[in-house]
Amino acid sequence: MSTVMDTDTDTAVDGAAGGSVAITGREKRLLRHAMMPHMLCPGCGHGIVLDAMLSVLSERYENLDNVAFVAGIGCSSRIIGYIDACTLHTAHGRPLSFATGLKLARPDLTVVVITGDGDGLSIGGNHLIHAARRNVDLTCVLLNNEIYGMTGGQAAPTTVLGAYTSTTPLGNTQHPFDAAELAKAAGATFVARSQSYRPQVFGELFSQALDHVGFSFLEVMSDCTEYFGRINRFGEGADMLMGQARYEPSIDADLARIPTVEPVTIKQPVRPVLPIGVLHRSSRLTLEETLGIEGGRSSGVAGGKVDDAVQRMNG
Amino acid sequence: MRLIQGNEACAEGAIAAGCRFFAGYPISPSSEIAEAMARMLPRHGGVFLQAEDELASLGAVLGAALGGTKAMTATSGPGFSLMQEHIGYGYLAEIPCVVVDVMRGGPSTGLPTQPSQGDVMQAQWGSHGDRAAVVLAPVGVQEVYDLTIQAFGLSETLRMPVTLLYDEVVGHMREGVDLAIPDPMTLGGRPRSSQPAGPSFRPYKANATGVAELPDFGRGYRFHVTGLMHDERGFPTTDTSVVAALLERLENKAQAAKDLVMPEAYLMDDATLVLVAYGITGRTAKAAVDTLRSRGIRAGLWRPRLLWPAQDEMLRGALQNAEMVVVAEMNRGQWAREVERVAAGSVILRPLLKAGGATITTEEMVGHALDMLEAPDIASPDRVSGRTTELYANISSGSAVALESKVVE
Repeated sequence: MSTVMDTDTDTAVDGAAGGSVAITGREKRLLRHAMMPHMLCPGCGHGIVLDAMLSVLSERYENLDNVAFVAGIGCSSRIIGYIDACTLHTAHGRPLSFATGLKLARPDLTVVVITGDGDGLSIGGNHLIHAARRNVDLTCVLLNNEIYGMTGGQAAPTTVLGAYTSTTPLGNTQHPFDAAELAKAAGATFVARSQSYRPQVFGELFSQALDHVGFSFLEVMSDCTEYFGRINRFGEGADMLMGQARYEPSIDADLARIPTVEPVTIKQPVRPVLPIGVLHRSSRLTLEETLGIEGGRSSGVAGGKVDDAVQRMNG
Repeated sequence: MRLIQGNEACAEGAIAAGCRFFAGYPISPSSEIAEAMARMLPRHGGVFLQAEDELASLGAVLGAALGGTKAMTATSGPGFSLMQEHIGYGYLAEIPCVVVDVMRGGPSTGLPTQPSQGDVMQAQWGSHGDRAAVVLAPVGVQEVYDLTIQAFGLSETLRMPVTLLYDEVVGHMREGVDLAIPDPMTLGGRPRSSQPAGPSFRPYKANATGVAELPDFGRGYRFHVTGLMHDERGFPTTDTSVVAALLERLENKAQAAKDLVMPEAYLMDDATLVLVAYGITGRTAKAAVDTLRSRGIRAGLWRPRLLWPAQDEMLRGALQNAEMVVVAEMNRGQWAREVERVAAGSVILRPLLKAGGATITTEEMVGHALDMLEAPDIASPDRVSGRTTELYANISSGSAVALESKVVE
């Protein structure tokens, strides 16, 4: 009925609980063991994403010496600390700024940004659209759990209308962002969405995002059980995972059988049904190419350095 | 020797120091630095990035610096306010970079193209939390060039953001400048770790000078950098003793700047009336000293090139024979507080403050000094700002200092 057990790892769905991530040997060598135990809550979807990410990375890299993970502030951003790479935990909302500077200075590095919906769309929203516009050769993974988890469950720019949070006790009144559409409109050349419910799909999309030359944006719907789930009575971690796949008949049938989850027909905030998969793909010169920086990857697009005029100006 | 503007001299100094990355956002009166860097960096194999705002500018600079590049940004007051969070980040994470603040009148949008020295306190205290700062204040175009180079040297050696602070007049005036190739010794260098890579690697283990020896990203070491309080491994910690030791180490390492940036002492040997001024104000103060000397007054100038950390011992030494001190600055009284802290009770101190968007003239300084000599124990209204210097009234009226002669021969 679902793809959750078909993943290429044997990670348990609630493997993030209590610091005992069930993880196979292949990914294990990319984990930063000294940072354990981790700080994710029981049932949090972020651990699944981390595991799926490590799985992809372990297939691509022997070690992560030349891979930098740059993150902001929030639960999602903290997962980079568990990856044995060059990891840069920046200020709130700013990972794309740091990552842009790092990538331009070191085009030889693979730079992956991990951000959240508050970090990447609220306080860091301006940096997101400009990174997309510039088409810097980065991969940005935005974990969207629709709430500020780390600070205690306040409304985020992705919280759906009507949802209860600690700052929307009467229900959320602000319309949410569609992160993927935003990134696409801003000029991202690869845009995709996945779910923590489907780690295999996430893995495939993450892999494609890494392959893509230019700014690749991958939103992944994740769950905050401690705040978003609890306050809105969405059930526990597994229930919320299932909830990500609402409107799939087989899932709806399962949901109806789970007593802790109300059927979606009752009056409660309903998370929008968002398409998953690759939503947009195009080809454009990267910022590195237009700047004439050597050592990065080629987009294969004709053209290139545009600073000839600058050279002329300098005589 | 080339006739160039202060802001151009800053860009020239940066290139000479090896800066190969600049990210910035347009703002008067600093924009010429960005414009010059945009012209010059491609020729030198560097990268210029016009960022979407000042937060992005300094963020990109810190990212580039972690990749191993010498990097700089330049701004003015409003942008400097926005950058404070990242200056704190660079300080805690020990990432070298240079931040230039070409001061204009504030607060808020203020006086976009009028000079000011209003960001002096912000340069030290602008970030939240306890942070030491290294802040250089050039007096003219040549010194902008020289101190930009030195700012890079200090930032690399101490692994921290260093601020170059000057006002609109210094930024826009043109002077002949000797663009000398810097001595490699002044350029310093990032301390490099000799530890092997691996799980036992400690990126934040300090060397003998208290500086962490982080490698650049992507050079065979895998490690964590964070703006959270961290241990030697770079891992977040809330251990109070580790946090306290970290803050102490960072503050201590910055003190080294005190012995590396020398103040200018002009006719100080026998001076009993001392003008303390920095930046463009130091320039007119020098002329005021000459005028006062021509009237037989033993005047001198002490001009710090390093505003932070304040060189308390040097200042105390300089004021040893002083009876009266004038601190002249283009603000409502900022660095004057530092002079008061060092010299309170031992001299008569009366600041000359001017915060309206114009420089303090030589005539104003001479007049102020003469007023003070005539009536040293009266807290007279400031002749420029019209403000009574109440802050210092206690010093002149309450102290036990006896002035035997008002006019020194």
